[in-house]
Amino acid sequence: MPHSDQPEEQPRQDSASGEAGEAAAKPPATSAQGTEETEGTPPLLEMRGIVKGFPGVRALQDMRLSLAGGEVLALVGENGAGKSTLMKLLSGIHTPDEGEFFLDGRRVRPRDPRHAQELGISIIHQEFNLMPDLTVAQNIFIGREPRGRFLLRDRELNSRAGELIERLGLSVRPEQTVGTLTVAQQQMVEIAKALSYDARILIMDEPTAALNDAEVAALHDLIRRFVQPDTGVIYVSHRMNELEAVSDRITVIRDGRYVDTLNTAEATMSQVITRMVGRELTTDVGPEDVREDRETVLNVTGLCTKSLLRDVNLRLRQGEILGLAGLMGAGRTEVARALVGADPVTSAEVTLRGRPVRVSNPADAAGHGIGYLSEDRKQLGLLLDQDVSSNIGLGSLRTRFQSFGFVRDKAVRAAARESVESLRIRTPSENQLVKHLSGGNQQKVALAKWLVKDCEILIIDEPTRGIDVGAKEEIYRLLNDLAQEGKSIIMVSSELPELLRMSHRIVVMSEGRVTGELSAEEATQEKVMHYATLRPESERADAA
Amino acid sequence: MTAPAAAAPQQTDQDGIRTLVQGKVQQLLAFASLIAIVVFFSFASENFLTYSNITSVLFSTVVIGTLAVGATFVIVSGGIDLSVGTGMSLCAVMAGVFIVNMGLPIWLGVLCTLLFGGLVGLVNGLNVTFLRLPPFIATLAMMLVAEGLALVISGSSPIYFEGDSGYTDISTGSVIPGTDFPNAVLILAVAALIAGVVLNRTLLGRYTYSIGSNEDATGLSGIDVRKWKIIVYVICGVFIGLAGVLISARLGSAQPATGMGYELQAIAAVVIGGTSLSGGRGSVLGTVIGALIISVLNNGLQITSVPQEWQNVILGCVIVAAVYADQARKRTS
Repeated sequence: MPHSDQPEEQPRQDSASGEAGEAAAKPPATSAQGTEETEGTPPLLEMRGIVKGFPGVRALQDMRLSLAGGEVLALVGENGAGKSTLMKLLSGIHTPDEGEFFLDGRRVRPRDPRHAQELGISIIHQEFNLMPDLTVAQNIFIGREPRGRFLLRDRELNSRAGELIERLGLSVRPEQTVGTLTVAQQQMVEIAKALSYDARILIMDEPTAALNDAEVAALHDLIRRFVQPDTGVIYVSHRMNELEAVSDRITVIRDGRYVDTLNTAEATMSQVITRMVGRELTTDVGPEDVREDRETVLNVTGLCTKSLLRDVNLRLRQGEILGLAGLMGAGRTEVARALVGADPVTSAEVTLRGRPVRVSNPADAAGHGIGYLSEDRKQLGLLLDQDVSSNIGLGSLRTRFQSFGFVRDKAVRAAARESVESLRIRTPSENQLVKHLSGGNQQKVALAKWLVKDCEILIIDEPTRGIDVGAKEEIYRLLNDLAQEGKSIIMVSSELPELLRMSHRIVVMSEGRVTGELSAEEATQEKVMHYATLRPESERADAA
Repeated sequence: MTAPAAAAPQQTDQDGIRTLVQGKVQQLLAFASLIAIVVFFSFASENFLTYSNITSVLFSTVVIGTLAVGATFVIVSGGIDLSVGTGMSLCAVMAGVFIVNMGLPIWLGVLCTLLFGGLVGLVNGLNVTFLRLPPFIATLAMMLVAEGLALVISGSSPIYFEGDSGYTDISTGSVIPGTDFPNAVLILAVAALIAGVVLNRTLLGRYTYSIGSNEDATGLSGIDVRKWKIIVYVICGVFIGLAGVLISARLGSAQPATGMGYELQAIAAVVIGGTSLSGGRGSVLGTVIGALIISVLNNGLQITSVPQEWQNVILGCVIVAAVYADQARKRTS
């Protein structure tokens, strides 16, 4: 596919060539067919007048949606717009208060997940629904195990899973334990599981949140192969460029209501975003000045870890945002974790403003003013069941908020209120439980924890993962402001556009080594991808 | 995409071998420890490796082993059952009620006791699923209830199976002609074998692992999690009933106040056998080995004249060592 061979291609061209390829390979072009079908036959799936409320909230009002056979329909909306409620209705986890579903013009009402699957609706949730201790085959056929009168037929199970895996061209084996697979492989298992139900409608919730570009391309490839005249895909995503690459139409929802549906080929990204957020966004807040002359705050040479990293060198200047790019598995997150001592390091020289320091655990790092925001915010970054102020104060209890071993609760709350104000954290009060906040505001709370601790260096892994478009902008602005104030930031991200826009410099990694460094002016998607796909061995051969 | 695609299959091959080995390592480790302990005591005392002593070790494994095999189901499903010890006493008392007080035939009395054990498990299961109590709390409550009920029903005094010599044969008799090899050991062996097949090869077993591995995902896959969890607790309850029969048949009496403490020994056996307390991983074979390790240790320490008081100290250390070895292995892999 064009994606994989020429990653440097722009998304817009990508989608065009993708569709052209599709048209050549299969019967009529998808968008044309969509309109044709709505005139003659009923749509594959239609929802009308859907209303769903939860105690105290009206999640959906007069929601509608129409999926034609043979199309990929993108569903977009900010967090809290009602996408996940909509999907829970489709998958039978909840039932609507009002409204109707039609499959091929026939009225249906999914009762429970199993019933939805029997109707041909399969959902791939954002959080994987896999059992890590079971094998690939056991996961795929969970609930439908081939069996005799008493005993399971595991040989048949494995061979059926093997056939499916082969048909989809996946790089896993049926007997592998799912917990040992990479995120991308687990995603593929999810898809295999969904397709094994002979699904006609595949609903994917943020399927690419944890994938790198090559894996995204492979996924889109798989989606195109899945879509036949009598099947369809509903694709939920925050990533605008992906919508252009994979979807035929885009349905936008906002505040639990249907807003509009656009033909992808005709729509511009800003049209979509405008409909999503209900206002125009100013997008360009990129880096202003080059900071060559600034003092080096953090200097790392010869960073190695047992498993992956080899001789990584990094230099972070005062007030700079340093982007760390690379494909999945290149070692971006590993560098971040090694720098704060979260993972053991076999060798490294680290100097902080010229002074050599040793960082052997995250507490050391915090003591030196290095804060780390994990990519896995919910598991590793926050105490979801505690309130905003406890989370913000947590890192500084010993240094700022105690006297004689007692926690000075008032001081914590005051500091939290200050952070809520200055970072514009949208929360009713500092007593709100963090799990009730949106992704963007949770990220701000995680950030506030380190700012309250007066960290000078922030290492942020995937700062906008799972955060909707409007809130992303706020996070970007916040990071820019922090850099302006003199904080030094290492930003790890799998989203290239984000790195290109935010970073003063970009360091690119591949297979555990640094393969290139680009300044803000030099950096383009093509150049970053070039370095990211370099194999370090061949690079050394070139140099020799 | 060419580069990752080329690298991937190679990687998965290695993974495959690693996972294949991984699953067995903890069992091998437990088994190797068992052998090591046996070898050690064989050298430490010449009285250890004799037919009569080995028989007595196996005989003393029966009660904890039975409870532990039942508890393995619950623990693999991600739960815990603290009521197995006092539940066993209650079941023993009920066996006395059925057979001595009500005069039921032995086979029927045993069957009723097993069903009663299942009832105890059913209540646990309902409390965990429908009342959504954490398993620790639900079974803690059942532990207290069972302890109290055993005393109430028996009037705080043992029920003796006098004149019912057939009943004690369940544990102490021997169906192997010409030997005194106790039936109880054979019963445990058969029960464990069945439990192993159920856990490994049936739908129930598969879903037990699945629920323990990721309960929400299992539910979303269209599986009735509540139903299967209840069944898991009921199975554990039936094993509680079986243990109640075996212990009362061995003693010739139903002792209402002796069960407390067995639940921790049973959980210890499960854990030493490599079953994860967070669910999703474990095996019946491992549990049986774990139970054997505990009784070999107790017996060996007695034979080598280590004071009784020290036995639990050493058992505690063994638990730490076993679980540490398991954790360390997981970290390095």
